[in-house]
Amino acid sequence: MSERETMEYDVVVVGAGPAGLSFAIRLKQLQPDTSVCVIEKASTIGAQILSGAVIEPQPLDALLPGWRDHPPPICVPAADDEFWLLSKTGGRKLPVPPGMNNHGNFIVSLGAMCAWLAPQAEALGVDVFPGFAAADTIYNEDGSVAGVRIGDMGVAKDGSHKSGYTQGIDIRAKVTVLAEGARGSLTKQLIKRFRLDADSDPQGYSIGIKELWQVPAGRVTPGKIVHSVGWPADSRTYGGSFLYHLDGDRIALGYVSGLDYTDPNYQPWEAFQQWKNHPMVKPLLEGGSILSGGARAIVTGGYQSLPKVEMPGALLIGDTAGLLNVPKIKGTHQAIRSGMLAAEHLVAHDLKPAGFDAKLRGSEVMAELKKVRNIKPGFKKGLWFGMVNAAWETAVGGASPWTLKNKADWSMLHKLGQQEEPKRDYVQRELPPRDRLAAVYFAATEHDEDQPVHLQIADTSVCVTKCAEEYGNPCTRFCPANVYEIVDDEAGKRLQINAANCVHCKTCDIKDPYQIINWVTPEGGSGPNYQNL
Amino acid sequence: MKILVGYKRVVDYNVRIQVKPDGTGVVTDGVKLSANPFDDIALEEALRLREKGIATEVVVVGIGPADLTAHLRNGLAMGANRAIHVVTSEAVQPLTAARTFLKLVEKEQPGLVLMGKQAIDDDANQTGQMLAALWDRPQATFASKLEIADGKATVTREVDAGLEVIEAELPAVVTTDLRLNEPRFIKLPDIMKAKSKPIDTIEFASLGVEAHDHLTTTRYAAPAKRSKGVMVKDAAELVAALKQKGLL
Repeated sequence: MSERETMEYDVVVVGAGPAGLSFAIRLKQLQPDTSVCVIEKASTIGAQILSGAVIEPQPLDALLPGWRDHPPPICVPAADDEFWLLSKTGGRKLPVPPGMNNHGNFIVSLGAMCAWLAPQAEALGVDVFPGFAAADTIYNEDGSVAGVRIGDMGVAKDGSHKSGYTQGIDIRAKVTVLAEGARGSLTKQLIKRFRLDADSDPQGYSIGIKELWQVPAGRVTPGKIVHSVGWPADSRTYGGSFLYHLDGDRIALGYVSGLDYTDPNYQPWEAFQQWKNHPMVKPLLEGGSILSGGARAIVTGGYQSLPKVEMPGALLIGDTAGLLNVPKIKGTHQAIRSGMLAAEHLVAHDLKPAGFDAKLRGSEVMAELKKVRNIKPGFKKGLWFGMVNAAWETAVGGASPWTLKNKADWSMLHKLGQQEEPKRDYVQRELPPRDRLAAVYFAATEHDEDQPVHLQIADTSVCVTKCAEEYGNPCTRFCPANVYEIVDDEAGKRLQINAANCVHCKTCDIKDPYQIINWVTPEGGSGPNYQNL
Repeated sequence: MKILVGYKRVVDYNVRIQVKPDGTGVVTDGVKLSANPFDDIALEEALRLREKGIATEVVVVGIGPADLTAHLRNGLAMGANRAIHVVTSEAVQPLTAARTFLKLVEKEQPGLVLMGKQAIDDDANQTGQMLAALWDRPQATFASKLEIADGKATVTREVDAGLEVIEAELPAVVTTDLRLNEPRFIKLPDIMKAKSKPIDTIEFASLGVEAHDHLTTTRYAAPAKRSKGVMVKDAAELVAALKQKGLL
């Protein structure tokens, strides 16, 4: 085999999301002669970005003063906030929690915003490369991170090389910045290799499922923001909805389920669809059509789960570090801030990561997380305890002398029959999509079928034996894209992985109770093609 | 031999097309745009001919607005030597495109023009044929195999009866079918190299092409939605329902 090609940069960034792009922009602003490239696995910038998204604009003001004069394509000033406790047939309006007061914020499409940020980075001389997946990290002889290896293209399912086989190149850099988003696949390796989580709690996650709707004229109040808790979640499952009124008769809506749920029969996708049929939501959507839809993991561990964010040759920023603020349900401002901090740190320290961890922990990014550190863990004891605890923590500004512990999401799953299953008071659904396969269509996800399966399962023999008995194959339920199916054919029962359906949400990697599913990057450019999510 | 390759930018084939609410077109704002897949095949074939030593230069041609440059850079990253960008903010119909190509052909004197058999946005399947007629040179459409030797193109075409092999004297226009080849993946270092390759920019108005639209689009509409089905309990009920509809 020929020698692998190499490109050299001062800095390589993995992931063209808000953190990675803000980092690159800030770095070029401060030190224009530093060479930096951003690698993005999506075929185009923003195509694999999904968020609510209501954003706090202050970090953007600091990064790009004057951005308000040429805002991203979807950018609606926040107007009224509402917070509801839903029952199956009605609801009660609650006072809006202070963290969810969005006065001065903007509703955006984070995908569209990243597509808007990327050319601004390029104008400063950043090389942005969509369609290339950073498949692996490479190391120097002293063990420090030396850069990333781009995945090969044109490999067949059985690992053989197809006619168009193209070997991925190595990108070597003085420093590698991981901005992969929640549960980054390289970050996961690096956390293990450098034991970055030795002093922190396990990371926690939720799954957010979102759709963008075009509805008949006259129903939308641009800027209106509605959140809810309660139905269809039972009181032990952490779940809530968002519904944002955009312009152009469009509504962005979604449902977030804590992946610390205990019932192996719980289906996050079904909960979302149920909520859409609530009498307060359904009339908004009826007669409308879905423009786009998808899912992603949300990082929720916060303060006590934040791993060390530096290692020799590399650092972590944004959601892959775990900086999202759960009570605010916002991570974009934290992503931008951490990206800017990282750039400022590297410029001040000759591109050396050492000291960034302390810098981040001493910054407002961490102060914000510390204040709210006990709110999400409180919901482990149910919705009511969680809300009272949240009110207390908010009242004292997070000054409680204790810090509640986080546990790994996968360890929370009860075995079948171990607990009484919550009664799911579900309705007959009428709004589209009918099922998960119909929903995947709206994610426009695309993977060449003849490529190695990017969902690596260490041992599939447990699927039809141990897992079927203990948990009833929860992968067939937590996956929002119906990737996992147990089929029964001549060969007997077996797991079938429909990898081409995958929307890259990483839920399986997080929630699988045996921790044997490893999500790796498929061929570059594969995966969902979200539009304005 | 120089090869001119038509390289059109269209809404990506993975995008779910949405018709504008007022029916005047499809939504292209914020939508992923890519090379027309048949044009990628045309470019790949041109590059292979260059690699075989048959062609010496491959030139990609795009007609469109100022931001088409990024798209042409992709063609250069794939391997084209240079690009020609005819700048216009107006939508271009097949006859206008063919006339524009004719002007470029007169200037560039290529030995071969390779184009996709059609673009996946308007599916017109006309530009190659029109160019051949205007240029008064042979055309070979829907090529699934292409061989160049002794000043002739031998083209295999997939037709209803099987495979048809025709010979065309060069220079000629050849349009490409899906099975001609599989376009290569773009390599990162080639994206960097493409940044320094030349793109000639020509204002459409300066070419003196008559830009008269012969087609008027009256309305765009999404396909009618399938109406809701009826659930039946058993085969007997199904038979009864079919009979009632006069289908049995």
